[in-house]
Amino acid sequence: MNLAWVLTLGALLFSIGIYGVIARRNAVLVLMSIELMLNAVNINLIAFGAYFGDQAAVGQIFALFVIAVAAAEVGIGLAIVLMIFRNRETVNLDEVDLLKW
Amino acid sequence: MSGSEVIFAIIFAIAGIAAALLVSSKNVVHAALYLVAALGSIAALFLLLGAEFVGWTQILIYVGAIVVLLLFGIMLTKAPIGGTTLDNQSRVLALVVAAGTFGGLTWLIWDAFGDKEVPLDNAVRTADIGRSMFDRFVLPFEAISVLLLAALVGAIVLARKD
Repeated sequence: MNLAWVLTLGALLFSIGIYGVIARRNAVLVLMSIELMLNAVNINLIAFGAYFGDQAAVGQIFALFVIAVAAAEVGIGLAIVLMIFRNRETVNLDEVDLLKW
Repeated sequence: MSGSEVIFAIIFAIAGIAAALLVSSKNVVHAALYLVAALGSIAALFLLLGAEFVGWTQILIYVGAIVVLLLFGIMLTKAPIGGTTLDNQSRVLALVVAAGTFGGLTWLIWDAFGDKEVPLDNAVRTADIGRSMFDRFVLPFEAISVLLLAALVGAIVLARKD
């Protein structure tokens, strides 16, 4: 199987994640798009790990660490979103613009 | 096309369509379910590439925990399930940025790796991952444990009612 096709799937999911992060208004949807981007990175890591075929499985261990960090980040991100919702009754990111110029 | 290429084509189609529907769906719960489909197909890709432990960990943690957490977030923040639009003003800019990223990355990928083949016949066993994790990567492993503890404590402190 061609390596470039697997990496293209990773690039496609990464780009779709970027579109989702910029274009979506709901904070939880932005978090979902970030998860998509992290999965694209994992695809890249696993594909290169399989391509180089090392028995220390560095690519897969790195991917496991990325999954762990993503889980921690979603937990914190959702806690922040809940706090915003509790204080402002909205998670519409267009309305959370106090730091805008 | 060999069998693995057919399966990869199916995975590509499912993941691509699920991701596209995820970022353009009008219903937040539908978006979460499209995320489940995308994550499941990515796990199938991991299994195809011989990463069995990472594939099942992906199902366990991503689909089993993170998506459930996101659904709880949707429920607790009373996400709009109805007619209100879920996209903001910068849709065109987002499309331009995403298309540019995809174009640049794809050109780079095919320029550098267009003729390389991934060998699909050596699956990395979980025992190898365990041996490598506790031999060479024990320090990042412990650091990840501390990071998860910090995230846990931080999330509880942030979200408790006071």
